[in-house]
Amino acid sequence: LKYIEEFRARELAQTLAAAIRREADPRRHYRLMEFCGGHTHAIFRYGVQDLMPDNVQFVHGPGCPVCVLPIGRIDAAIHLAEVQGAILCSYGDMLRVPASGRRSLLKVKAAGADIRMVYSTQDALKIARANRDREVVFFAIGFETTTPPTAVAIRQAAAQGLTNFSVFCNHVLTPAAIQNILESPELRAMERVRIDGFLGPSHVSAVIGSQPYEFFAEEFQKPVVIAGFEPLDVMQSALMLIRQLNAGRHEVENEYTRVVTREGNRKAKALVAEVFELRRAFEWRGLGLVPYSALRIKQAYARFDAERRFEIPAVQASDVKGCECPAIIRGVKNPTDCKLFGTVCTPDNPMGSCMVSTEGACAAYWSYGRFRRPAGSTGMESVA
Amino acid sequence: MCLALPARVVSIHANGDLATVAVGGVRKEISLALVEDVQVDDYVLVHVGYALNRLSEEEAQHTLALFAEAGLMPGDGS
Repeated sequence: LKYIEEFRARELAQTLAAAIRREADPRRHYRLMEFCGGHTHAIFRYGVQDLMPDNVQFVHGPGCPVCVLPIGRIDAAIHLAEVQGAILCSYGDMLRVPASGRRSLLKVKAAGADIRMVYSTQDALKIARANRDREVVFFAIGFETTTPPTAVAIRQAAAQGLTNFSVFCNHVLTPAAIQNILESPELRAMERVRIDGFLGPSHVSAVIGSQPYEFFAEEFQKPVVIAGFEPLDVMQSALMLIRQLNAGRHEVENEYTRVVTREGNRKAKALVAEVFELRRAFEWRGLGLVPYSALRIKQAYARFDAERRFEIPAVQASDVKGCECPAIIRGVKNPTDCKLFGTVCTPDNPMGSCMVSTEGACAAYWSYGRFRRPAGSTGMESVA
Repeated sequence: MCLALPARVVSIHANGDLATVAVGGVRKEISLALVEDVQVDDYVLVHVGYALNRLSEEEAQHTLALFAEAGLMPGDGS
C-alpha cells in the first residue's frame, strides 16, 4: 500500500459517483462546504464536481492560510526584513503574495532585503546558527498542521541558547473560523451560500483530532465528515454527508481514519500548548476580526516572539481595488464573479492571495480550466 | 500549506530525532519530534519536514473496502 494511487483509482471513483447519484435525493439540494483549500484543489484537479449530480455542490471555504492572512501582516514581515534588517525566513507559499503598494516578499528580496525561502523550521534554525551576528526571524503562518513544527523550533532555540532567533507568529485556528462562518449573518441571509454540511480538514484534524468539531455539529445541527485529501476520500465523504442529511443526522464522522483519530496527535498538541496561547482576536482576510482564532507565543518564550522583540507598526492595509478575495474566502462569491479573474489577475501576475496560493480557490479555477465551461452546460460533457 | 505526503521510513538516525524517508524515488531527512514509536518501514505523513502522524494500514484497507461497498445498495452489505 502506497497510500496515494489506491485513493485515486478510476473504477472506484465511478462506483462512488454512481452511489452518490443514486442516493442524492433529486428533490433536495446539497451544498457541502469543503473547508480546506487542499480539498478545493482535489475537487478541481480530478474533476470531482463533474462526477456529482447537479444538486450536489461544493462550496469553497477559507482553509487557505496564505489567503486569509491580512495584507498588513505581510507588510509587517517586509518591515522586519527591510527596516529592521533581519533575515526573514518564509515558506515558499508566501513569497509572491501581494502586499501593499504592489510589493511582495519576492520583490523586496530582489531589491536587496535578506529574505530566505525555507522548507522547514529546521532550515530557519540552521540559518540562525550560521548567522549569529544577525537577527533571524521565521515568518510563521498556517493552521494547526503547521503550528507544531514552529513549537518544536522555538523549544530547540531555547534549548540551544540561540539568542538571534525569533518567530513572527501568524498561526490561526480552524474551529474558530468554521464557527465564524456559521454565525455570519451575511451567510445566513444568502440562500446561495446556505451550507448543509462540512467536509472537515484532513491534516489539521491529524493534529487536533475529530473531537473539536463535535460542538458545531451539535450546536449548528450540521453534519461534519473529516475527509482525506485524495479524490476518492472527497467522494466517499460527500456520500457520507448525503447519507447523514437524508437521515436527518448531524454528527461528526471520520472518513480519514488512516490518519485521524478522535484525540489527534497528543504529543503535537502538548508541544503547541506549552509554547502558544490564544490571542483574544485576530484579523482574517474576508472574515474580519475573529475572536480566539489565532495563537501567540507564551510569556515564557517571549524572547523568541518577534512582535515583542521588534517595534512592528500596525498597518491597516486594504486589498487591491476590485479584488474579490474577501468574498471568495467567505464562500459568498465564486472566482468567476471577480472582474479581475483571468484578466488582470492570473497566477503569473496575481492581484489577490487566492490566485497565488496553491490552495486558493482562484488558482484552482484557473489551473484546471474549469471556468472555461460554456454557460448552461451540465458539466457532464467533456471539457476540452 | 496543509498538504502532506505519505512516506516510508527507511532509517532512523542514532539519536532517534531524525529519520530518512522515501517518497516515490526521493529520499529526504525529516524530524520525528512530533511522533512516538515510529519504526523502519512504517508509513508516516510528512509535512514541512516533520512526520505528523503514522498511517494505519489496517484503517486504509478498511476505507478502500468502504469505497468498493458504496457500489452496493444501502443495507446490502454493511
